Amino acid sequence: MTEHRRIVGDTLLKVENISLGFGGVQALSGISFEIREHEILAIIGPNGAGKTSMLNVINGFYHPQEGAIAFKGEVRRTMRPHRAAKQGIARTFQNVALFKGMSTLDNIMSGRNLRMHRNILWQMLYYGPARNEEMEHRHRVEEIIDFLEIQAIRRTPVGRLPYGLQKRVELARALAMEPELLLLDEPMAGMNVEEKEDMCRFIIDVNEQFGTTIALIEHDMGVVMDISDRVVVLDYGRKLAEGTPDEVRANQDVIDAYLGVPHEEELV
Amino acid sequence: MDGAPVDLLNFVMGVFGGLFLDPVVSMFNRPDKLIQLFTQGLSAGVMYSLIALGFVLIFKASGVFNFAQGIMVVFAGLTVVTLMEAGVPALLAIGGAIVAMIALAFAIERAVLRPLVNQDGIILFMATIGLAFFLEGLGQTIFGADPKPVPVDKLLIPDGKLRLWGDVFPKPVRIYELDLTAAIFGALMVAAILLFLNRTKMGRALRAVADDNQAALSVGISLQTIWVIVWSLAGFVAIFAGIMWGAQSQAGFSLAVLALKALPVLILGGFTSIPGAIAGGLIIGVGEKLGEFYWRGVLGDGVEQWFGYVIALFVLLFRPQGLFGEKIIERV
Repeated sequence: MTEHRRIVGDTLLKVENISLGFGGVQALSGISFEIREHEILAIIGPNGAGKTSMLNVINGFYHPQEGAIAFKGEVRRTMRPHRAAKQGIARTFQNVALFKGMSTLDNIMSGRNLRMHRNILWQMLYYGPARNEEMEHRHRVEEIIDFLEIQAIRRTPVGRLPYGLQKRVELARALAMEPELLLLDEPMAGMNVEEKEDMCRFIIDVNEQFGTTIALIEHDMGVVMDISDRVVVLDYGRKLAEGTPDEVRANQDVIDAYLGVPHEEELV
Repeated sequence: MDGAPVDLLNFVMGVFGGLFLDPVVSMFNRPDKLIQLFTQGLSAGVMYSLIALGFVLIFKASGVFNFAQGIMVVFAGLTVVTLMEAGVPALLAIGGAIVAMIALAFAIERAVLRPLVNQDGIILFMATIGLAFFLEGLGQTIFGADPKPVPVDKLLIPDGKLRLWGDVFPKPVRIYELDLTAAIFGALMVAAILLFLNRTKMGRALRAVADDNQAALSVGISLQTIWVIVWSLAGFVAIFAGIMWGAQSQAGFSLAVLALKALPVLILGGFTSIPGAIAGGLIIGVGEKLGEFYWRGVLGDGVEQWFGYVIALFVLLFRPQGLFGEKIIERV
């Protein structure tokens, strides 16, 4: 595998002035930012800030009322999720969305579905070109399994796996799509310290080895500041700040939102 | 005055003997009959399995219990018969029915499933009840309300009786060729569906949708496409069932009720299990025939009508999730 990393390049995805409301609730108002090629971008903010809504807009689960999204230069307002997947956007979910009855292997193989093109009849008989194709994809999937160190659970139905491993399988399935943009919704939520360290390592490795652009939501500030190139801060559906981790850390608005504004008497 | 207890004892012994002793004696005396009942039961069972598969596929992929499955069988059967009555050759008529069922699948996806996406199962279920009535009305407009005979000879379905092993048993085992044909083609169809589900990327996508809609979308599976495929598959199953059931009596709207025979099969096998649908169908098919023949004396006629439900209830006592259903384990 070739090393792509550290040539943070042009804009891969540009979010322009996105507004999204559900009935009376304004989830996002006038959000703009960009995701650059090969970078790791973190989206942070308190609960209910609109982080997950933002990801859902990017991969087409939600359709914003206003604004546009440009992915690889192609501008769009709304898109169906499976179209987004075809264009190279993969994602994981806050509360693990796996195919629980299927084995780890089948789950990851489902990520290759879009790349399989052989005739159904040949596939049914497992014959000829379809067989070669299946082998080829199996090979790619095995690489990912090795990469994420989940060899031992290949055949286990994922419903039986502990939470930390399920999150890893979900990442594996997203990687199997060989996406250009990977959206991770709280990849480390509910994990213990060791699992978090593993996941951090995997995210950095994915970024360095495959050159995959990553946008992630995370609550653990230590992690965010360590691994991300840039940070976007949301609060109450608005963009509070954007910049390098250091810039964001020094931003007064962000400090207020996270630590609270001291009352008058406390200032004295 | 000890007549009453003795009468009661006699009655109990009589019922006990009728239920458990007489059948065993009869099985020993007439093994040919037993084999015959088994083959009849298995071929009926394959048909149940097939219908149950139609239910399971749709239930898994779109979370809908499809009440309209029975009327789809009628619709498909009548399409074939009507086309053939108009002089269309058998294969073309079946082809026509396939096209009709695919068109129906597209229409159902567009008009029923898409507007109701993300609704509760019960709402979709009610929608399929509506669909059943709509199809019944539409069918009677197109085909007329009268049942039609299936031209068995033109479809090249053999319609005789085989007499086998006359030298081994006291009497030869009689097997209806119609049953045998149904069993063989039914088994082939089940095998094809299983290969489709387990080997193809479409099958994998289908299982994925069954597990988690949102996750399936995120890996680029289009729900709409999957729904159309599943409903088309259920339609193909319906064509076959329509022809075979129609051949045994006539193709008419009363066949729709027969499809509900798949209900105990589903309870027995578990609503989400494909092996369950197959095994359940065979168990119910054989059980019904055996119950009908051996317990008719004690329990009266028409055992076949309700016996499947008794088997299903009995299984539920021990396995509430069905034979092969997913065991629901909730962490508390």
